[in-house]
Parts: sequence; C-alpha cells; structure tokens
Amino acid sequence: MTDIENEKIEIGLLLEAIYRKYGYDFRDYAKASIKRRILRHCNLSGLKTISELQHRILYNVQFFEALLMDFSINVTEMFRDPSFYGAIRESVLPVLKELPHIKIWHAGCSTGEEVYSMAILLKEADILDNTQIYATDFNEKIIKKAREGIYSLEKIKAYTTNYQKAGGNQSFADYYTAGNESAVMNKNLRANVVFADHNLVSDASFGEMDLIICRNVLIYFDRKLQDTAIGLFRESLPSGGFLCLGSKESLRFSIYSEDFEDVRIDEKIYRKKNSHG
Amino acid sequence: MKRFIGKKTAMVDSGYAAVAVGVSTGGLDALKFILPRLPENFNLPIFIVYHIHKTSDDFLVCHLNDISRIRVKQAEDKETIIPAVVYMAPPDYHLLIEWDCTIALSTSEPVSYTRPSIDVLFETAVDVYGEKLIGIILTGANRDGSAGACKIKAAGGLVVVQDPETAQADTMPKAAIAAAEPDLILSLEEISEFLCNLNQN
Ligand SMILES: C[S@@+](CC[C@H](N)C(=O)[O-])C[C@H]1O[C@@H](n2cnc3c(N)ncnc32)[C@H](O)[C@@H]1O
Repeated sequence: MTDIENEKIEIGLLLEAIYRKYGYDFRDYAKASIKRRILRHCNLSGLKTISELQHRILYNVQFFEALLMDFSINVTEMFRDPSFYGAIRESVLPVLKELPHIKIWHAGCSTGEEVYSMAILLKEADILDNTQIYATDFNEKIIKKAREGIYSLEKIKAYTTNYQKAGGNQSFADYYTAGNESAVMNKNLRANVVFADHNLVSDASFGEMDLIICRNVLIYFDRKLQDTAIGLFRESLPSGGFLCLGSKESLRFSIYSEDFEDVRIDEKIYRKKNSHG
Repeated sequence: MKRFIGKKTAMVDSGYAAVAVGVSTGGLDALKFILPRLPENFNLPIFIVYHIHKTSDDFLVCHLNDISRIRVKQAEDKETIIPAVVYMAPPDYHLLIEWDCTIALSTSEPVSYTRPSIDVLFETAVDVYGEKLIGIILTGANRDGSAGACKIKAAGGLVVVQDPETAQADTMPKAAIAAAEPDLILSLEEISEFLCNLNQN
C-alpha cells in the first residue's frame, strides 16, 4: 500500500474522530482541500503523521480549536465580486421592495463583511428598517468578530474601492467610524441583524427566507454535502425566493438544479420555481 | 537526466491518465504554441495553472479554445473530469483535483506566493492519478511547482520541464530541474510532439 493510500485512511479516521469527539462533521467536505488543511496543520505543529495529529486532537481541546480555525477558510471582503452587488441592486432589491417585510439569511457569513455590504445596499434602497437579517457561521470565534464589525483601515481602503465598483455613489466613510488602525461599522447597519452559530451540515432550517446568500462555502463541500445544504435552502425558500451562490459555484451539478431558475446566471443569482410548474 | 532527443517514443507509455501543467511569465506564447498542436482525439484530461492577474476575464480561455482542436474551458467547481478537455484554473482560485475525479476550486491562502498555485494542482492531482500523472513545468519567473513536481516523482509519475534555454523566463524551469530531477527536459516543440505521441499508444 502506498503512502497516499495510507494517508487517505488516516484522514478518514481523523475526521471520524473529530465528529465523535466534538460533533463537527467534516466527513463529507471536499477531500483534496481538507487534506491540504490537515497536512498544513501537521507541518505547522511539527507533527510527522496524521495519526499523531489525531492523538493530539482527541486529547487537547485547544489543539482542536486551532484546527477548526484552519478548516473554516474565512477569506472574505466587503463587496467581494462588486458586480454581484450591482446585480443584487438591479435584479433583486426591486422585488424585495414590494414585500411588506423582508427576511434575509447569510449562511457562512465569516467575519461579517458580506452582511455589512448587504445592509448598506438595503439602507440605500430604503428597506433596511423593514428587513430581518440572519447571519450565521459554524465558527463561533468568527461570528463574534462579525458582530463587532471592526476592520483594519487597510482593508477599509480596499472595501471603499469595491463599494464604488459595485455602483455605490454615497460617501462610504459615512458607514463607519475610523480610529487609528481600524474602523467600526455603524451600529444602525446591524440593528436588525441576528448573528448566530449555525452548522449547514447538521442544523435545521430556521424559517422561511426571501433571500438566502451562501457564497464561497459550498466549494468546500463534496457534491453530496452540497446537496444537503442546497436542500436546506430549498426548504427555507418560498416559490420565488432568491438564492445567491459564489461566483465560482453553481446549481448545475446539484440534484436540485431543476427546482431553481436563473435570475442572473452571470452572478449566480437563482430563484426557487413554483412547485407546480 | 533523460533527454528527449531522437527516440521520441522511448519514454512514452500509454498508461498515463492525466496531464497537469504549470506555467507563469511568458505563458501565453507557450500555451498558444502547445495547445493548437494537440489532435482532436487527444484522450487525456489536461489541467493548467497559469499565473494571471486576479481580475483577468475569460478572454484568454476563449482565445485558446478558438485556436485549439480540443476543448479549452475554465474549470468549474464540482464538474466531473472528462478526457480531451483542457481545464484552466480561474484567476484567484486554486485548482484542486478531488478524490472522486471532480474539480474543486478554493480561495484558501496563496501557496508559493500565488493563487492559483501549481503546487496545489500537482499535489492534489498526484493523490488521484499517482504514477499515471504527467506534470509539466513551463516558462515562469518564480519557483511555484517545484514542490509539486517532487511529489509527482515520489509517486512514480512523469515530470517534464521546459528546457530553460528555450523558456521566456527560466527561473521556474530551473527551480523544477534542481528540485525534482525531471524525466525529460524539452523545448516547446518537443513537448508538443511528446503529448501527441501519448495518443498513438
Ligand atoms: C470563504 S468564507 C465565505 C465568506 C463569505 N460568504 C464570502 O463569500 O466572502 C467560508 C465560511 O464558511 C464557513 N463554513 C464552513 N463550513 C460551514 C458549515 N458547515 N456551516 C456553516 N458555516 C460553514 C466558514 O467558517 C467560513 O467562515
């Protein structure tokens, strides 16, 4: 048996151990990606084999928490893919505006940049006060950061450019208060936001949403797990409800692809079809 | 080090299952040279990581597709890999080969200072194809791909490097030669012939 095959066994055992001990289920994450995270972690911790890592993980909670941070790839930006936000402004907000009350779910919101970006769009469309936003992630430390909404000035500079590229024409500086090194996003942007811990693998739907945004999360799942998550979104959307994925994700390879129609295929914005044709 | 001169089929074995290519500075000319030379019945999938700016559009992919006989496309997350298709990593995303022979993309941190990274492609492809993988390093001004090439060699796969003397930028080929003891060091012309020969077996 080759090293590669041995490693595959070790990875399967490690993920099983994490699941049984801590309840986090990574067993159906995309394996190539997970393997890279694991090997990187072994490397940084000076461990030679995945089996050694497994031993540490089982007997040391802090060690597990560090691995969890590494597994949840938190890369994000405000107005990431500016053209996506332009498309939301054009093709989604006019429809939401007609509703008496709006509910939005950001699944896998990471440190919150996506949530504040959307809140700014809603505010500019004059519907923020009328909207309830759920912002969830399975990483509690990250959720805490999202709730604080504090970003380095260096990042804010890049976000300002993104905001403008997304068609924003107000003064972006009005949305935050700058300190010496960082800026705090305005409280009123998160007045209607509930930040919560939610795992897309194992937790249930928490009600009907008009718009679900789950960007750059499903790329880390395998096809089967992707379908579990999309099934959950399908269940949480009424006919006509919107689903937005990341720019390199799509419903094409999902068993539920027929249940959705394209709104803006270029920006991965979909809508749930009427269940009866 | 074996050189691919004269006996063109000596090194060519019909058992290969996939080709992974890493290319950087000077890559456009290199790809425009090689890809159009491949026959329409070329029967292996080809994965390419080409370091380009993160905001590049898909003009490059479209252009390469237009001038080639086999299909060239941007790799899509979760698509099933099929032979005779060239999958190009999208700008700013790592391209990974999944254990179930599908494509995976990732925005995890840059590796070898770049995203997409050749090392990421090579290392994940070798997990799937093992000794049936051919890794090719072309022109480039950095050292990405050397670590991945070593992994391909360790698994018994074949490593081909563009002859640095023929490369627009020789750092990347030289680094790969120093690190991985490639099986073949070839010009672009010879690499094209080598790939065409794979098909005849
Ligand atoms: C790359 S970030 C995407 C952030 C943001 N949506 C964006 O597109 O910029 C992926 C996020 O998904 C979260 N995540 C990964 N697996 C998850 C799961 N099973 N349930 C909930 N969140 C998850 C990670 O913690 C991470 O914050």
